[in-house]
Amino acid sequence: MEEKEIYERLNEVFRDVFDDDEIEVSAEMTADDIDDWDSLSHITLVTAVEDEFGIRFKMGEVSGMKNVGEMVRIIKERG
Amino acid sequence: MKELEYPFDGGSIQKKKRSLRRTLLEDGRPRINKKIALLAGSTANEIKDMLELFLLDSGIQPEFYLSEYDRWWQDAVFENKELDEFSPDIVFIHTTSRNITAFPDISADKAEADKLLDAELEKFNTAWEAIKRKYRCPIIQNNFELPYFRIMGNRDVFDRRGRVNFINRLNTAFAEHAEKNDGFYINDINYLSACYGLDKWSDPLYWYMYKYALCVPAIPEFAYNLASIIRSVYGKNRKALVLDLDNTLWGGVIGDDGPEGIEIGHETNLGQMYSEFQGYLKLVKNSGVMLTVCSKNEEENALAGLDHPSGTLRPEDFVMIVANWESKDRNVAAIAKGLNIGEDALVFVDDNPAERAIVAAQIPTAAVPDIGDPESYIRVLDRSRFFEITAFSDDDLKRNEMYRQNAERAAQQSKFSDYGEYLDSLEMVAVIDDFLPIYIPRITQLTNKSNQFNLTTRRFTEDEMRTVYGDDGYIRLYGSLSDKFGDNGIVSVVIGKQEGGRLDIILWLMSCRVLKREMEFAMLDRLVEEAKRRKVEEIRGHYFPTKKNAMVKGLYGSFGFERISCDADGNTEWRLLTDGYVPHSSHIRIERNE
Repeated sequence: MEEKEIYERLNEVFRDVFDDDEIEVSAEMTADDIDDWDSLSHITLVTAVEDEFGIRFKMGEVSGMKNVGEMVRIIKERG
Repeated sequence: MKELEYPFDGGSIQKKKRSLRRTLLEDGRPRINKKIALLAGSTANEIKDMLELFLLDSGIQPEFYLSEYDRWWQDAVFENKELDEFSPDIVFIHTTSRNITAFPDISADKAEADKLLDAELEKFNTAWEAIKRKYRCPIIQNNFELPYFRIMGNRDVFDRRGRVNFINRLNTAFAEHAEKNDGFYINDINYLSACYGLDKWSDPLYWYMYKYALCVPAIPEFAYNLASIIRSVYGKNRKALVLDLDNTLWGGVIGDDGPEGIEIGHETNLGQMYSEFQGYLKLVKNSGVMLTVCSKNEEENALAGLDHPSGTLRPEDFVMIVANWESKDRNVAAIAKGLNIGEDALVFVDDNPAERAIVAAQIPTAAVPDIGDPESYIRVLDRSRFFEITAFSDDDLKRNEMYRQNAERAAQQSKFSDYGEYLDSLEMVAVIDDFLPIYIPRITQLTNKSNQFNLTTRRFTEDEMRTVYGDDGYIRLYGSLSDKFGDNGIVSVVIGKQEGGRLDIILWLMSCRVLKREMEFAMLDRLVEEAKRRKVEEIRGHYFPTKKNAMVKGLYGSFGFERISCDADGNTEWRLLTDGYVPHSSHIRIERNE
C-alpha cells in the first residue's frame, strides 16, 4: 500500500474518531496535537485503525507509538 | 437510527461514536431520564459509551455512575456517599470470569470445590443484598463467559475441579437467583460470547493492554444486548410483527405459482427453511407478540397460502391479515390503527428491500430490519431483541386471543343500533380493588407500556410499585374486565396520593383494548367510593401532555372535574368534590377481590 493512500484513509479515521473535519494528520503529529486524544480515545483510535486496515497492533506497539508516522510505518509493514 | 439497528457495523459505530451521540442528542426526540450505575470489575468506559448510544436510540436518556476500576464490590457493599447521592434507577454489575476470586485447584476434592463455589456466590450475594437494601432498584448482573483454556480438556466440563464445570455451576446458581428474585436480571454473556466466538471475545491482548475483560470490538454487541434488557424494563419493547407473505413466509409467489407451487414444508431444502421460520414465528406469537400480515396479494390467495397443509402458521394465528394492492406504508399505518397501538410498536418484516425502504421512510418509528436471505431471518429477528421479555405475565400468553375477541365484539356491535344496548349485551364484569401482590408484575408492565390512555405517563419499576403497595398514604386500584367473549385481564391502574382531605391522582391509565367500554367510569366510581371512605373531600386530577396521550386530554372534564389551572406546556390540573358525586357507570357489574 502506498504511504499516500495510508495517510488518506488514516485521515478519515482520525476525523471520525475525534468528530472533527478539520484534522489533517501528518507524520509528526502526536497526542499533544489533538485535544481529545487521551488514553481512552487512544483505544478507540487504535481499534478503528485496526478495523480500517484489517491489521492487529502488537502489545508493545500500542503504547510505544511516538507519532502518526510510526503508526503508518507499522501499517505499511503489516498491510 | 439506521446505524444502530441490528445487524449493525460495530466497528463503524465505535469509530463514529462522537458524531452519532451528537446527532442523537440533537434530534429533539422526547426521552425518559434514567440513572444507571455501572459497577465494573474491569474497564467499562467503552461499554458506557456504547450503551448510551443504544439507549438514546431507544428513547432513554441515561446518566451514568461508573465505579472506579475493579471497585465494583466495594462500591456496592460499603458506605458510598457518591452512589447514594446518585440514587440509581438501575445497577448493572459488569463482572466476568476475570473477577472470579479462586478456582478449585487440581488437587481439590469435591468438598473443597463446593466450598469455593459457595464462597464465590456469597461474594455476589452480599453485593446484591446491599444494593437491594440501599437502592431498591432493578439489578442487571452478567453471568460468566467460559474460560478460554481447559486444563483437563473435555474432562473440565464434568469434573468439579474443572474451570468449565465451576463456571457452569456458577451460571446455574445465578440463574436460580434470577428466577427467585423479581427485578434481578441476567445479562447472558455466556450466550453472547458463544455467538461472538469465545476465542475472539476473550482475546487476552485487551485485558493486558487496557483491562477490558472482553475484546473491544465485541462491545457494541454486548451493549446492544444489555440495552435490550433496560429497554424492556421500561416498557419500550415492540408489540407486533407485520409480515409479508411471498418469499418471506414461504418460497415463491402464491399468485403465480398457486398453493401447490410455493415452497413450504419438508419436500425441498428451501421449504424446510421456511418451515423453521414459521415455527419460530409461532413460538414468538405464543410468547405474547401479535402477528399480522401485510401482503400485496388477493386476500383469497393469501389465505390459501396460510392454509397450506405443510405450513406451521394458520390464518387464526394472525390478529389481522391485510392483503391488497395498496402501498405497504399505508397498510402498515392501517394495521397500527386497527390494533390501537403506536407505529413504534411494529416490526416490519419483508424480503423486498424496496418495500422496506418505503415503510422505513414513511413510518420512521417502525422497526424495519434488513432481514437478509431466508437463512438469516431467524437470527436477525432474534438478535434484534425487539421482544425481550423481562417480566412475564399470563396476559402475554393470552394477548393474541384477546385481540381476536375484540374483533368478535366489533362484529357484535354492528348488530345494535343503541350503544348502551350493545354494552349491556357484552355482560361485562369488572374486578376493581386494591392491588394484590401477585398482580404487581402485570400492573407494573401495563403501567410502563401504556402511552395513549395515560394521564401522567409516570413509569414505575416493580420495586417502586411494591413501595407504593406497602404505603398507606396511597389509594391503589387495579381493574380487570371480562365479558361474554372472554377475559381481558388487568386493563386499568389508578393510584392516588392522599394528604389529609385531598387526593392527588398520580397515575391513571387504561389499556386501549377496552376503549369505549365505560371501564374508566367504573374505575372512577370505585375511586370516589374509596376516597369517601377515607374522608377525602377533594380529588385532584393531573394531565401531562405527551406526543401520544392526546386522547385523554379532556378525560377529567368528561368525568365532571373542574379545570383549575393550565400552564404554558399544556399541563392541566382538575378538581372534583367527592360530596354529592353521582356514579357514572351503568353497564358493568363491579366486584371486589375475593
